[in-house]
Amino acid sequence: MSEFVRVEHLSYIYGQGMPDETIALDDVSFSIEEGQFVGIMGATGCGKSTLITHFNGLNRPTKGHIYIGGEDLWADPGDIRRFRFLVGLVFQYPEYQLFEETVYKDIAYGPRNMGLSEAEIDQRVRRAAEFCGLSDASLQKSPFELSGGQKRRVAIAGVLAMEPKLLVLDEPAAGLDPEGRDTILGQIKAWHKETGSTTILVSHSMEDIAKYADRVLVLNSGKVAMYDETAKVFARAPELLELGLSVPEVTKVFLQLRQWGLDIPVDVYTVPYAVKTILAAKEGM
Amino acid sequence: MLRDITIGQHFPGDSALHNMDPRAKLVLTLVYIIMLFVASNPIGLGISIVLVFGLYLLAKIPLRLIGKSLKPIIPIILFTAVLNVFFVTGESEPLVSLGFLHIYREGIDYAVLIVVRIICIIAGTSLLTYTTSPIVLTAAIEQLLRPLSKLKFPVHELAMMMTIALRFIPLLIEETDKIMNAQKARGAQLDSGTLMQRVKALIPVLIPLFISAFRRADELAMAMECRCYHGGEGRTRLKELRMSGKDVWLTVAAVVVFVAMGMSNFLWK
Repeated sequence: MSEFVRVEHLSYIYGQGMPDETIALDDVSFSIEEGQFVGIMGATGCGKSTLITHFNGLNRPTKGHIYIGGEDLWADPGDIRRFRFLVGLVFQYPEYQLFEETVYKDIAYGPRNMGLSEAEIDQRVRRAAEFCGLSDASLQKSPFELSGGQKRRVAIAGVLAMEPKLLVLDEPAAGLDPEGRDTILGQIKAWHKETGSTTILVSHSMEDIAKYADRVLVLNSGKVAMYDETAKVFARAPELLELGLSVPEVTKVFLQLRQWGLDIPVDVYTVPYAVKTILAAKEGM
Repeated sequence: MLRDITIGQHFPGDSALHNMDPRAKLVLTLVYIIMLFVASNPIGLGISIVLVFGLYLLAKIPLRLIGKSLKPIIPIILFTAVLNVFFVTGESEPLVSLGFLHIYREGIDYAVLIVVRIICIIAGTSLLTYTTSPIVLTAAIEQLLRPLSKLKFPVHELAMMMTIALRFIPLLIEETDKIMNAQKARGAQLDSGTLMQRVKALIPVLIPLFISAFRRADELAMAMECRCYHGGEGRTRLKELRMSGKDVWLTVAAVVVFVAMGMSNFLWK
């Protein structure tokens, strides 16, 4: 595997030189391998959203560099639009960006901006729509007739249709019911598996991160607090709690069991793994 | 780019100017603008420049911000200055003649005068909003206009509308910023192309913006009704506005400076 994203000493300051200037990111460095699924978590206001707007050049670093596929994002500022197509960004509550008359046209907006042929656009729109569970019939509807969850899918499909090499999602499941949440995240995971695109998922839900991410980046007041494999990050539960974060419920159960003196691993963070561990422990007794 | 807009922005602080009675601040700012037009001589304008800069220092607001708030209207300033230089005619001989264009001494005088006036107006009114929160400012306007309610003028409703409008400015700027970012992420080109292309490129921003503005208005109306809002009748304030001793002194000092600005007309021949 080769490195796909590299962030070097990235700092970003809002309103520099103004009385209300704030340091949103402070000397952030990390790298992501191609095809990885990385979760980003951190308390509200820790700089998660600011960080992700740097990946496709919507924000320009105050200091530091970002490399996507080995290329410096800001080597030629006039050419930044190229990276917008390389890096697909799904913002929080993306359903508020829909504007077209039909769902089809809205999903086609990104591919059309890329200057693709009509045949290619059509193929991509249908593929992205199918991935997001949108039926052919709904493609001709107005996006404003749809329910909140469906609108969200249209907005995500609009970014998927651009087939970005790096897909970044900021709380894609926020405000959805548990079923809608699992469906959307499952579809994203399926997309990740099938296209092999590098994926970054920003989430407040420890369960979601535990379920989908290979690696986890923890931000705390603009700095990288942890960056490691998912199991290793959740094994540091006390530190996470101190940062105002949490760990998956099942990890909490296992921590308690350990405190009561049972000899079990600390890095249990998904239910299937927990079941396996319990069965193994039972056999050992 | 959008967040660079400083109009109506408020920078909380704890200076004498921040804590001053907003009614006094508002009235004094208005008088200051009037005096800028009364004092049409170098001494008067000199005083007004010193006054406004001095107040920025007193309020501990960086002077850079004046430059920032002036930035959007630089074309207007330049335009009026050029217009004055070329089109004001004087009685004496022109200083320079370029074909049909003549530059007179008076023209240059007027140009400088108008530039200083515009800068001082912007700097002075910006200072008012920098040091006064919108809520306090509208409370002041409401109190100052209260006599008009005797004439059945809906003072409270007007003040409430202004409060809401002011509150929505930063909100809508933020929202626009968000939507623009989202569309840019999908490859929208908002800052290049011909005028027609640019206008077209704005549609993906404007439609979601309008929808969200209506949604927010709806939600706000609902939230107000839930809290039994029914207009100004019998409504009291948490914080009553009161002039403190310090405010009186500041007001007197300002009035003295204003009188000096007016008197300077008699000193300068």
